[in-house]
Amino acid sequence: MNPFKFSRAQSTPQAISLATAGGRFIAGGTNLIDLMKLYIEKPASLVDIKQLALDKIEVLPNGNVRIGTLVKNSDLAYHPLIMEHFPVLSEAILAGASAQLRNAASTGGNLMQRTRCPYFYDTQFPCNKREPGSGCSAIPGHNRENAILGTSDQCIATHPSDMCVAMAALGATINVQGPKGVRVIPFADFHLLPGQTPHLEHNLRPGEIITSVELQVLPFLAKSHYLKARDRASYQFALASAAVALDIQGGTIRSARIALGGVGTKPWRSIAAEQALIGKPANRATYQAAAQAALKGAKAYKDNGFKIELAKRTLVQALTKLGGAV
Amino acid sequence: MSAPLVGQPVDRVDGRLKVTGKATYSAEFQLPGLVYGISVLSTITKGRISNIDTTLAKKAPGVLEIMTYKNAMQLHFSSTSDAGQGKFAEKDLLPLQSDRIFYDGQHIAVVIAETFEQAVHAASLVKVRYDKQDASIGFENNKAKAYKPAQGSGSAESQIKRGDMTSGLQQGAVRVSETYTTPVYHHNAMEPHASIAEWKGEKLTVYDATQAVYGSQKLLTSLLGLPKENVRVISYYIGGGFGSKGFQWPHTVMTAMAAKLVNRPVKLVLTRQQLFTTTGRRGQTTQQVTLAADQSGKLTAFQHETMTETSFVDDFFEPAGKASGMLYACPNVNITHSLIRLNRGTPTAMRAPGEAPGVFSLEVALDELAYKLQMDPVQLRLVNHADIDPQKNKPFSLKKLKECYQQGADAIGWFGRNPVPRSMKEGRFLVGYGMATATYPGNRAKSSAKAILYADGHAEIMCSSQDIGTGTYTVMTQLAADTLNLPLDKVKIMLGDSDFPQGAISGGSQATASVGPAIRASALGALGKVIEAAVADQASPLYKQSKEDVILIDGKLVSRTNNSKGESYLQVMSRNHMNQVEAQAVTNATTRETSEANPAAGGGDDTATEESKNNPAVKADEAVDRKKYSFHSFGAQFVKVLVDPELGKVYIDKVVGVMDVGKVMNQKTAANQIMGGQIFGIGMALMEGSEYDPNRGRIITRDLANYLVPVHADMGSFEVKFIDEPDTLISPIGARGVGEIGITGLAAAIVNAVYHATGVRIRELPIRPEKLIEKMPAA
Repeated sequence: MNPFKFSRAQSTPQAISLATAGGRFIAGGTNLIDLMKLYIEKPASLVDIKQLALDKIEVLPNGNVRIGTLVKNSDLAYHPLIMEHFPVLSEAILAGASAQLRNAASTGGNLMQRTRCPYFYDTQFPCNKREPGSGCSAIPGHNRENAILGTSDQCIATHPSDMCVAMAALGATINVQGPKGVRVIPFADFHLLPGQTPHLEHNLRPGEIITSVELQVLPFLAKSHYLKARDRASYQFALASAAVALDIQGGTIRSARIALGGVGTKPWRSIAAEQALIGKPANRATYQAAAQAALKGAKAYKDNGFKIELAKRTLVQALTKLGGAV
Repeated sequence: MSAPLVGQPVDRVDGRLKVTGKATYSAEFQLPGLVYGISVLSTITKGRISNIDTTLAKKAPGVLEIMTYKNAMQLHFSSTSDAGQGKFAEKDLLPLQSDRIFYDGQHIAVVIAETFEQAVHAASLVKVRYDKQDASIGFENNKAKAYKPAQGSGSAESQIKRGDMTSGLQQGAVRVSETYTTPVYHHNAMEPHASIAEWKGEKLTVYDATQAVYGSQKLLTSLLGLPKENVRVISYYIGGGFGSKGFQWPHTVMTAMAAKLVNRPVKLVLTRQQLFTTTGRRGQTTQQVTLAADQSGKLTAFQHETMTETSFVDDFFEPAGKASGMLYACPNVNITHSLIRLNRGTPTAMRAPGEAPGVFSLEVALDELAYKLQMDPVQLRLVNHADIDPQKNKPFSLKKLKECYQQGADAIGWFGRNPVPRSMKEGRFLVGYGMATATYPGNRAKSSAKAILYADGHAEIMCSSQDIGTGTYTVMTQLAADTLNLPLDKVKIMLGDSDFPQGAISGGSQATASVGPAIRASALGALGKVIEAAVADQASPLYKQSKEDVILIDGKLVSRTNNSKGESYLQVMSRNHMNQVEAQAVTNATTRETSEANPAAGGGDDTATEESKNNPAVKADEAVDRKKYSFHSFGAQFVKVLVDPELGKVYIDKVVGVMDVGKVMNQKTAANQIMGGQIFGIGMALMEGSEYDPNRGRIITRDLANYLVPVHADMGSFEVKFIDEPDTLISPIGARGVGEIGITGLAAAIVNAVYHATGVRIRELPIRPEKLIEKMPAA
């Protein structure tokens, strides 16, 4: 680990000003500290934001649920409002990491976590995400865990978060504050595809801090589910996962939300899959059509072709569990 | 008479120390002036160091010295292949002696600094340039270069032939011929390898996480050119080894070299990432198995051809065919091994080396044969049961395998299943049952121990052998307490110090069988001295009794013919001013075939004293002619799995293991060992496997997030049962080891259960979801 400066922000404006001067925010530290120990992240200055009053979950006057950026993953997963209105979010968080990590990790930190691609994690290998222009070692290398959706010839790193997959499905919005004031980023616009610039991963501008995530309460989201496929039952990133919500009336699907995890270079909401469900009968054929739509355009690499079929089956199983199969 | 403690589920005597943090592991000794070493590893696969620039690192805060091949002391070396004698794991690669690089992840420097953090930081500033050479990367790419190892090299007989394969194959009406593969596995003990070295003049003390303190001491004396009395190695507690701490790895001597260089005590702990290249692994295997049988299921031919890997700096290999010649009665057998040299670190012994992958392929092939014969897999094994060891043509010391099959089958409800593949369901899950045979040799090596009886009624017994976390302290306390008729808390077992009499390596499942008889004999030897005093003491009721006629009952020395005549041995000691009585025992008994060539195999070098030679317990023990017998443990593994038919995920519902391991010293620690082995087997079957970058040969699964081992949530229920009949031929205590047999057969039982559940036969471990969904169309 390289030497670094450490300061503690007492207010959001102070945090923003320290970050504008080059500081990196740190809350739970469950990802950043690891990356610093491995010389993947080398911040000259850290800004501890744990003291900021951004750790509440509250209902806003417009009925939305606002989650402060410092809310711990565990607290979020077990919060009555979340469990009641957005079970998919609770299930997704609990499917991730370990109890110890969830107790430390923050909501904003989870949004900012970086890929676990083994080549990104080892500075001995070229990696375009870590060192732009150095090359991608995963494409010709071992890539069983890598992405099949949203990849480019520069990067096939999987976005690792479970929480983000649920938030993508829920259509969350992200509130940020920066030197030029506050703004709202729709979830789908927050994470970036690798394209030719895989080192650019999100839409935050210099000095901006995530202050909260906002969720709109819609009755059908109370009927939502997260399913995660992996080799072992806990403490492993998804091989494929599905966050789903269905609004079924009289056997017909009125609304649907679909997002996939473990397969995309960013949390992967599939509007095409949602369209394939809406207006259709809630049955297996419909779910399979949605799975086809969701994986359309998926690109298989040397070791991860199975993810296309696994993701489809994961999505069908999640939808079947939620909507039944008439 | 009070009930014996041996056999009881006694709690670990060191349990409280461990859970309260008071058990001091090798990295935890706080020495005055201690400084920290961090190893720097190579980052190319083959070549030479052209320049190693330490300028920047040397200027970093707290740095004392940077040790490379340019300034490290020169090492001396004499090689041995015996782990108990200090086998160096990579005999052709002494650390920091040259600029040559044989694999990625090889030690090339040690940074020594005042604090751990300073050492870590400075290590990142060492800049190395290399002249790269073309390396042998990848098992598949190098198969054409495979060669047959010399007989006796590595760790076992590599080529075995009996009968005539050609005619055996012709006699068979049914044949199975398939290829099975196992990936590279890493041990991943919880405790990383660690050493602390402290010099006082020319005397060296090393706290070392090792399964063999005596081996470590012996190798250090050889490498450093020191007399034996100048080197002491201590390993009081070990957080698991699984074989990775059996042979000696370079970091230990590097720590001693570093301590000498800076003239301060140095601690060097390998990081989790470093363990993946510097402390061995189980080599990858491809095994071609051919079985032929007549219509009754009787095997007529069995061929087991293993291709596996070794390195360019040693020749250890995974002897996957090791158990194959012994396990079933088959007249025509051909077992071969061939090796590929790769630019990777050297493989080493890992829990049941040979048996773990070898029994996997054999037991899956037998399941395939059973289905071809339309025969029950248990019945097939009974038909081919080896009543005597067919390879050595000797009787087994004790074999209760048939009872294991029966009890295991009953416990899991084997005969109630529908054997047709994909015929059983629970909810939406497919249900499968599978079984396999388990086996591991009954090893025993030479061992010594010293017992001291104190007049205040407590006893101490010392032996250099180690407790790798399995319960050696506990079972030896039980054994000594029984032998001396003392309560558990009056016996102190002292282990893990090369200053103690030499005991066996804690490996090869032999510690209990080897150390137990020595500890018992030393205690009886000390007791014999008290008896001698009693029969010569006019004040004793035993005066003038023949000493052979005096026995110990409930703490009292009494006449064999008149149990009411006698007194406690403490009374004898106090009246005769015997404040302490000590005796040393050396038991030379071994079950190893190579014993004539190397009587100390796996054990120490202590020569027997006259006192030991005259010890009746030693004499009786050594009088057994063990060359007449074959010593093996056996067991039956049964598994029930649930398989998600859509996602290809296998869930372990139940594991039953019935083990024939001789006398069970402690039901709790023994069952714990078997279950631990079975969990290894679950990992092997479903998720474990190391990955190397196919282009550079550098390992990419270097931590516990990427190298998957099973977690609690992966476990079903376990039922571990023992036959618990003493093997009176292996030793007077009757116990064979339990450390390794639990892993054997388990992966095969799971593969067989998955076949029963799904109709899909997996021959390449691990059984990952992609392998099942490829062959199971979505409903």
